[in-house]
Amino acid sequence: MHIIQCPYCGPREEVEFTYGGQAHIARPENPEALDDAQWADVLFMRDNPKGIFAERWMHAAGCRRWFNALRHTVSHQILATYRMGEAPPAPDTLEEASR
Amino acid sequence: MTGPDRLRDGGLIDRTKPVTFTWNGRVLGGYEGDTLASALLANGVHLVARSFKYRRPRGILGHGTEEPNAMVQTGDGNRTEPNPKATVVPLVEGLRAKSVNTAKGGPESDPRAGMGMLSRFMPAGFYYKMFHGSQTMWQRVWEPIIRQAAGWGTCPTEPDPDTYDHMNLHCDVLVVGGGPAGIAAAREAAKSGARVVLADEQERFGGRLLDRPRNLDGLPGHGWADREVAALAEEAEVTLLPRTTVFGYYDHNLLCALERRTDHLAEAPSHVTRQRLWHIRARRVVLATGAHERPLVFADNDRPGIMLASAVAAYVHRWAVLPGREAVVFTNNDGAWEAAHLLKKAGAPAVTIIDSRPKVSDALKRDAEQAGITVKTGHAVTGTRGGKRVTAALVQPVNADGTRVNGPAQTLACDLIATSGGWSPVVHLFSQSRGTLTYDDTWACFRPGVAVQPQASVGACNGTFGLAETLAEAAEAGVEAARAAGFETAAPAPAPSVEAPEATPPVPLWLVPADTAPGRGGKWFVDFQNDTTAADILLAVREGFESVEHVKRYTLAGFGTDQGKTANINALAILAGTLGRPIPEVGTTTFRAPYTPVTFGAMAGRNLGDRLEPQRLTNIHDRHVALRAAFEDVGQWKRPWYYPKAGEDMHAAVARECKATRDSVGVLDASTLGKIDIQGPDAAEFLNRVYTNAWTKLAVGRVRYGIMCGEDGMVFDDGTTARIDENRYLMTTTTGGAAHVMDHLEEYLQTEWPDLRVRLTSVTEQWATVAVAGPKALEVVKRVCPDDAMAPADFPFLSWKTATAAGIPARIFRISFTGELQYEINVPWHHGADLWDAVMEAGKDFDITPYGTETMHVLRAEKGFIITGQETDGTQTPFDLGMDWIVSKKKPDFIGRRSLFRPDMQRPDRKQLVGLKPEDPKVVLPEGTQIVEPGALNRPPPVPMLGFVTSSYHSPALESGFALALIAGGRDRLGETVEAALPSGPVTVRLHDPVFYDAEGARRDG
Amino acid sequence: MTRYSIWSLARNALTWHENWPRYWRSPDPRPEYDVVVVGGGGHGLATAYYLAKEHGITNVAVVEKGWLGGGNTARNTTIVRSNYLFDESAALYELSLKLWEGLSRDLNLNVMLSQRGVLNLAHTLGDVRAGRRRAEANRLNGIDSHWLEPDEVAKVCPILNMSRSLRYPVLGSTWQPRGGVARHDAVAWGYARAADARGVDIIQNCEVTGINRNGDRVTGVETTRGTIRAKKVAVVTAGHSSVLAEMAGFRMPISSHPLQALVSEPIKPVLDCVVMSGAIHVYVSQSDKGELVIGAGIDSYNSYAQRGSFHVIEGQTAALVELFPMFSRLKMMRSWGGIVDTCPDASPIIGKTPVKGLYFNCGWGTGGFKATPGSGYVFAATVANDEPHPVAAPFALDRFTTGALVDEHGAAGVAH
Repeated sequence: MHIIQCPYCGPREEVEFTYGGQAHIARPENPEALDDAQWADVLFMRDNPKGIFAERWMHAAGCRRWFNALRHTVSHQILATYRMGEAPPAPDTLEEASR
Repeated sequence: MTGPDRLRDGGLIDRTKPVTFTWNGRVLGGYEGDTLASALLANGVHLVARSFKYRRPRGILGHGTEEPNAMVQTGDGNRTEPNPKATVVPLVEGLRAKSVNTAKGGPESDPRAGMGMLSRFMPAGFYYKMFHGSQTMWQRVWEPIIRQAAGWGTCPTEPDPDTYDHMNLHCDVLVVGGGPAGIAAAREAAKSGARVVLADEQERFGGRLLDRPRNLDGLPGHGWADREVAALAEEAEVTLLPRTTVFGYYDHNLLCALERRTDHLAEAPSHVTRQRLWHIRARRVVLATGAHERPLVFADNDRPGIMLASAVAAYVHRWAVLPGREAVVFTNNDGAWEAAHLLKKAGAPAVTIIDSRPKVSDALKRDAEQAGITVKTGHAVTGTRGGKRVTAALVQPVNADGTRVNGPAQTLACDLIATSGGWSPVVHLFSQSRGTLTYDDTWACFRPGVAVQPQASVGACNGTFGLAETLAEAAEAGVEAARAAGFETAAPAPAPSVEAPEATPPVPLWLVPADTAPGRGGKWFVDFQNDTTAADILLAVREGFESVEHVKRYTLAGFGTDQGKTANINALAILAGTLGRPIPEVGTTTFRAPYTPVTFGAMAGRNLGDRLEPQRLTNIHDRHVALRAAFEDVGQWKRPWYYPKAGEDMHAAVARECKATRDSVGVLDASTLGKIDIQGPDAAEFLNRVYTNAWTKLAVGRVRYGIMCGEDGMVFDDGTTARIDENRYLMTTTTGGAAHVMDHLEEYLQTEWPDLRVRLTSVTEQWATVAVAGPKALEVVKRVCPDDAMAPADFPFLSWKTATAAGIPARIFRISFTGELQYEINVPWHHGADLWDAVMEAGKDFDITPYGTETMHVLRAEKGFIITGQETDGTQTPFDLGMDWIVSKKKPDFIGRRSLFRPDMQRPDRKQLVGLKPEDPKVVLPEGTQIVEPGALNRPPPVPMLGFVTSSYHSPALESGFALALIAGGRDRLGETVEAALPSGPVTVRLHDPVFYDAEGARRDG
Repeated sequence: MTRYSIWSLARNALTWHENWPRYWRSPDPRPEYDVVVVGGGGHGLATAYYLAKEHGITNVAVVEKGWLGGGNTARNTTIVRSNYLFDESAALYELSLKLWEGLSRDLNLNVMLSQRGVLNLAHTLGDVRAGRRRAEANRLNGIDSHWLEPDEVAKVCPILNMSRSLRYPVLGSTWQPRGGVARHDAVAWGYARAADARGVDIIQNCEVTGINRNGDRVTGVETTRGTIRAKKVAVVTAGHSSVLAEMAGFRMPISSHPLQALVSEPIKPVLDCVVMSGAIHVYVSQSDKGELVIGAGIDSYNSYAQRGSFHVIEGQTAALVELFPMFSRLKMMRSWGGIVDTCPDASPIIGKTPVKGLYFNCGWGTGGFKATPGSGYVFAATVANDEPHPVAAPFALDRFTTGALVDEHGAAGVAH
């Protein structure tokens, strides 16, 4: 069970959060302009890295705010959390555990 | 004296408190402080079990959680428990215990003992090689035999009368294991003021200090432990958790522990939960979990009376039991010699040490011989004799590396063989924490290598076996843990003076040779519980199973309730030896949680019954109960389903409720519908984006129906939204979908459109809603709201107004899900029941009739109104539902719009919403019935299906059954007949417009 | 291949079982194969077996990064059933179930298929509607599934808590008598042995590190044991499909999630069928060894860690005790996790990819074990003919573009 640092409330248990999958996918300004394959990419294609993943969480049983996290999908270490609209922290600022 | 083998004095038992217990129907005695195992041994009971596959007699091997054989069934009736290990069952007055998976009288005689004769035909995996000719024979004959033979204890047949709970705990330092290492670490960590938790699986702290004679600071080991633990108990920030097994080490330093709170009491107080599951989130963890001794693997090493040397020592020292009089101690290390000395001191007349090492230290040998112990080095026990108890050991000289016998066997009569192959650190939790293990060649064991989570292992679980070294290492780790958790620390206090034998490593002996090879004669047991032998491992390798995981799975080694605590390393070493590879190269299998089994009830805690899911009730609920409503679960809500009067079934009640509402007036508690208050200057724009239709022009005071799609274009919720004010709307959602809609809206608002100035508040439980529907609804509402203009002329359909209802400030909505003239009166939640009462009173003259969700469903279906989740399953677009009119052609975008123009959405044969009318009006099609072309059922399956019935009812208004259905290309086929595929045969139905009643909508204005 | 039988067992007993041959050889990889199957789990091994058996393609290697059958094949709750809602799914899983029914004989190894029947419980009126609809669709598709009223459910599973006062009472159930469980490891070993006997090279401890292509055509794989050239490459790497797709240069509509399961200590027979409850999230059966085998839904987050969060199994255990109050005093003996590929429509992806000669079979979510024979069968045909097997065709990757999803989410209403 993870401890997740909500950028608004502080560290909380995983059970307070809901998961939102890959972060930083902007909904296209003009979906009409996309062909079916491009739209399918928007709808369904997702990064699924074995390693550090930029993903979204929502503090459902707390402030109900969405935010982003960088989390390692093997070690489950959470390297950073940051607010919606913010860019992810640069990789060299992150402290990753040995694995 | 309780039992013939109880020593006259000594031990940590309380001789002033005798305890009576029952074993396989026999009444026996013991003392407080005994375990079931120690009490049985004191009574001379060694035979306690029969083995799984070969039905061999089995005794007690160990004295703790490592025990593979001595599983028992405790208690009776609804408090019976299968499979606890006798070695950890506390002896309490009146305990009733029996052997598992044996004949009624216990393990003494076994009707299936003949299986041993067949053992030659039952090597590892024999069942894969047979029974495959006929599936029928396998399932009818062979599998039932295997199933009946398998399994240990029996499941209770009644619900558990006990309760369980969960507790969350945050601490700075969690110390797992209350032996010398854990106590030393906790003492040092606590000095800093850190919040320290010390957990140990036993009732009494002290660990192995309790098991053998050790002196610290001049005190006996248990006395030192008591003193130190008493000092810990004085510390304000220290939590002591005895009888608490930390069984799992999870991510982010979460450890879970099971506390046994009442099983050690003869009379459990009723207010105390039986067990408590702790979730402990620790900044730092110190693992001081000790080590398990491993048995040597020799031919027929499983007879009752063959025990671990450490267990023998503990039974003598801690429990004052003499487990044998003619004892053989078979070892490859110095440590086990202590057991021989303890036996001798306790009065065993004949004690022989068989040490496989060609040479041992002179001091060791001298001490033994002075004590009157016979010593044979360079020898091994290469076989045993005996039935229900070992009667003799075969002793043979072995070569220096222990691979061959090199001399004839002698038979040595004995009633006890104490065996030790060295020690295995308990690295389970460390390994669960994803730490990597390293193989220690000196001590022939795996110990912690690289840690991942913030923890330290100390003492025997770290491969540090000397007591003095352990105390020093643990104290340092305690200081360091507190420091790392952010506390100021000082150097550890001076270590206590220690009197203990020096710890020395074993000379590995993984597979004891004999005159014959494993598999050809005796059985070299590796995993006692699963009857896995060395021959099985050899066979597995021969058959190409080389991975340790394959061998484990093929032979079942390590798959028992003891999780292979005594078996795994031996299995691994024998595998490595067979493959000719070093042990670390072969690797270990995964250590999986839990370390020891965890009660399901404890995992469930209190989250059962009404706490499995919260139950949501409206303010009017009591009224429904008083009216004897039957309830339906909708999400977490309890909604009145129908209100049967005496003698009515659901059909009759619903018919009556329908008729009353269509003919006069009905009333529904609609409080459960989701309500979301939407405010902000961009609220209209927001609605434009989340609904398929247009919202900009909705005037204040007006209400509009909307459909919401996911980004995939599929309908997922619907409801009405009212414009409350210039920048304020009230959205309603379905009852079951409310939370999902709220999440959906918040997600888009926060993640995609943070620029929109809109705020959302769930107000579902702010407003109680009473819907009054029917031709007489106006009459009723006029009486409830005498001061407000309610007539349709003043209060048009799809509008809302504030009013005073029964003296309560209210919002009233002119919307209709029944097709009748309908008013939905909203008042503050806590006034819901008052409003209901007022409406019922006002409606008396019109025989106002409460109706439930079933009637609501019938009435709306007659009007062709959909219910999302019933007419939809996440694969319907608005077009599929015939709701083209609600999809704006002008808006450039809304959630889901782009997806509506994908190729598959354009197929003419998509399933479309239609009505169905059976030719025979008496027929009501079961919901879910599949629809096929006429005659299609005459062909063998698979039968092509056109679609299915989504809703189906008898309509009192139509005096006929009718249904809604999703049918391929159905809208172009209205008027055609098709067949409904009932299990009893096809029924002819005609495709109909989904609106069956009042198609022109004349009734909504009364 | 030495035939297994009671007679060969008896014969070998005379020689103390010292002459049994290997289940499979342990060859070094050859430089080139007609087909390289990446992934030595049940699906991959079945693919290789049917390539050899049905299509005569025996110049095949199965490369496995660890030990064969060590991924989800070793980690699932072994449930077998075919009572899926949509025609496309029903055809696939029923093909699979028919193969299951002859599998022990076909492989000459007892995979211990135990057709004890599967209950899918309904706890709400919505569940009842969905269950009836599914049972009716199954019936017309020739699948032995039907609806049971509560009193009939109680007869099938007398120990189930049928009290109306249950938080979510049991309102009925679908029932598929031919469903059941099987011995998961034996399935992998049986396919491996049978494929090996037909000439397939099974190469363990051989991790694929790259997929080689020439233009838009696959030419082979890079592995930790060297380059292997191949005319065709068939990827069956549940859990890691996205990682392999990335090597090949395209993306997949897949997320990898932990799926946890646990077993109780072995007890004498008490539960005679498989019981699944989607609404309160638990499923359970009793193995031949006496353990209750218990699973639930996935953990929410993406992960390649083969472990999940403890609160998930606490929740599933609460659901178990709610349905079977008499299980409260039983104990969890072992818990574990696997990595499942989840697809947006809860249906697999089987077929061609943007790279010619490269085929993917993935996205089985929590339901892959039951599909093992059928999956291998249709995938082998797809690879052999470079054209989707008719049963596999609806599961092609392009459905995400056209929108022709096979959305079993709402329909199945249950994890698996």
